[in-house]
Amino acid sequence: MPALSRPLSSCDPPHHHRGWQLTSESVYLLSGRLAPWFAGSAAVLCAIGLFLGFLVAPSDPHQGEHFRIAFLHQPSMWISVLIYILMAAASAYGLLRKQRVAAMLASSLAPTGALFAFLALWTGSLWGKPIWGTWWVWEARLATEMLVLFLFLGFIALHETIDDYRRADRACGLLALVGLVGLPLLYFSVYRWSLYYGTSNRSLSAPTDETSIIASGLFVMTSGLFAYTAAATLTRLRNEILKRERSSDWVLAHFRGQR
Amino acid sequence: MNWESWSDFWAMGGDGLYVWSAYLISIVLIGLEVGVLILTRLTIHEHLGRFSRIVGSASETRSRS
Repeated sequence: MPALSRPLSSCDPPHHHRGWQLTSESVYLLSGRLAPWFAGSAAVLCAIGLFLGFLVAPSDPHQGEHFRIAFLHQPSMWISVLIYILMAAASAYGLLRKQRVAAMLASSLAPTGALFAFLALWTGSLWGKPIWGTWWVWEARLATEMLVLFLFLGFIALHETIDDYRRADRACGLLALVGLVGLPLLYFSVYRWSLYYGTSNRSLSAPTDETSIIASGLFVMTSGLFAYTAAATLTRLRNEILKRERSSDWVLAHFRGQR
Repeated sequence: MNWESWSDFWAMGGDGLYVWSAYLISIVLIGLEVGVLILTRLTIHEHLGRFSRIVGSASETRSRS
């Protein structure tokens, strides 16, 4: 067998011989093992969460049935911020340790993060319209969520425009870390500003203090969306690994063995 | 149980348009993401399968000669 693989590896770019392809291969195999479990638990958890949200939770005396958007809005917002923190952590690890798999993980997280940031803003608008009488209010949570969306979109766009993967990873990693510093700054400045203009009491909240069913519904939906995020991210990471490693020995061996 | 009938459920106490459009857009976008992921995976697998077959047959003929 080594006689067969030798002429092939001589065509490979030299950086494949630093021993790191072992990591990306094991990450590829491990995430392939984990992704179906995350996808299955996402389906089950979201079904339970929606059941709690629509059939068990009673309607609210102040907001009526309208607050049921919360079971989508608040988990999307929490998950998008969590994805951003994970993306920044993976970027930092990739930058400091020069680990490409960590950088690939960061860029696999970005599209799902953008999806949930967009959903949080969209559902926030739909939730707020009857309460505020307008589609958009400058309050700290929504303004910060908008910056989160722009950071995800900027990360994706920057990665697309730079052809060299290593330079793209480095530039996007820096962007993610700068954004991580900017987010709390924006949150607290808009919060101060909204105190000054008297709009701070207009942020959206589900009536969680009245019953714990709503709180548990929110928690189950959040875990369901997190499981979905894990499944989607790991699948995208596998695609990304295959795309970048397409000429390496282990990928070709893997696909030759599949026939 | 919260709802008397299906029409009661869809009406959502008069807020049906807001509640259901929020859920609809989420289902559509998540479905789109899943579709794109599966399609990308299938395309990559097709390309790599063909490529590895070409490379494999090339190295086989080289080792035979």
